[in-house]
Amino acid sequence: MTQQSILSPEAVIQEFKKNGITHVVYLPDSETNWMYQLMEAEPSIDLVSVTREGETIAIAAGIIAGGKKPVVLIQNTGLFESGDSIRGIALDCALPVVMLIGYRGWTRHGATPDSAARFTEPILRAWGITYYLVEHDGDADRISLAYQEAERTNMPVVVLVGDEYHGFNR
Amino acid sequence: MINQVELMEVVEKYRDNGIVVPTMTGSRGWDQVSSNKNRDVPLGGAMGKASSFALGVALAQPDKRVIIFDGDGSLLMNLGTLVTIAEKAPKNLYHFVLENGVYAVTGGQPIPGNSKISFAGMAKEAGYASTFEFNDLEDFASRAAEVMGAEGPVFICVKTTPEIQNEPMGLRAPSGVKPTKAAIQDLKKDLGV
Repeated sequence: MTQQSILSPEAVIQEFKKNGITHVVYLPDSETNWMYQLMEAEPSIDLVSVTREGETIAIAAGIIAGGKKPVVLIQNTGLFESGDSIRGIALDCALPVVMLIGYRGWTRHGATPDSAARFTEPILRAWGITYYLVEHDGDADRISLAYQEAERTNMPVVVLVGDEYHGFNR
Repeated sequence: MINQVELMEVVEKYRDNGIVVPTMTGSRGWDQVSSNKNRDVPLGGAMGKASSFALGVALAQPDKRVIIFDGDGSLLMNLGTLVTIAEKAPKNLYHFVLENGVYAVTGGQPIPGNSKISFAGMAKEAGYASTFEFNDLEDFASRAAEVMGAEGPVFICVKTTPEIQNEPMGLRAPSGVKPTKAAIQDLKKDLGV
């Protein structure tokens, strides 16, 4: 079975607005690049671009400490790079950091030659981080679910964006 | 060379009840002089991310002064932060780097590029609104009003005397510095957020 519909940037931005997101802390990636144009045009969201993904977790933690509501937007490769910040800041300090992670290498068939995809879920499980998969607009409300879970548990939560058909040049 | 506690005593006078984010040996120094520990968030073992955390606080609380006491080794672990901070250009951010030339908490090994690189130079070229460098306490004290009155992001590199710790971690006496998790909770409560 292949993916029948796509995840539109409008649906994601709508979820951000519904959850009162004030800041998107991000490093562009090939799996979610279709969102940036719309995010840049959204006046309620302050975009914070970084030079390397590990910064995003600490910046988001500071935004939470200051009373605002961020989302981190990076790729799974950046998730790996951010490992010590996730451990030492988000997990150890019990901060409800919600991370939207571009799931590079993911396919609906499961089998993938891309190690970025193969290691993603095992690592999240090892860290004890709850995660949800979003494939298309029908799943977009899992972003709200992630925020509810993060706020209920005071722990980081991941939303994996498993979108086979966006990528570059959409 | 400047003693970090003596430096911090001067900075405290210009705090304006702002939020202070010290890291590594700077956390112990600031703990001795802070006038409001409910607005201190010491980040131990942040591996260079204290400045990133402080940027987040500064963006969330743009009307409050945010002061970082970074380390030179810490900044080297996260040099891109200079560009990220300069890009967002928070007017309320004051980024001190305590340049002692060594990894003080791991026994005093020299940092890469010790005495060869200019942290203030890198911050200036990254785009900080103002940059300063001090090697003498009286010089800093006489210009503190200018430094702390400048519009951010302001970068202040201060040559400090190393306070080297050489005991194995398990044998060290507790620092007495508030854990980061509790500090964040206290900050949120104090800010009413």
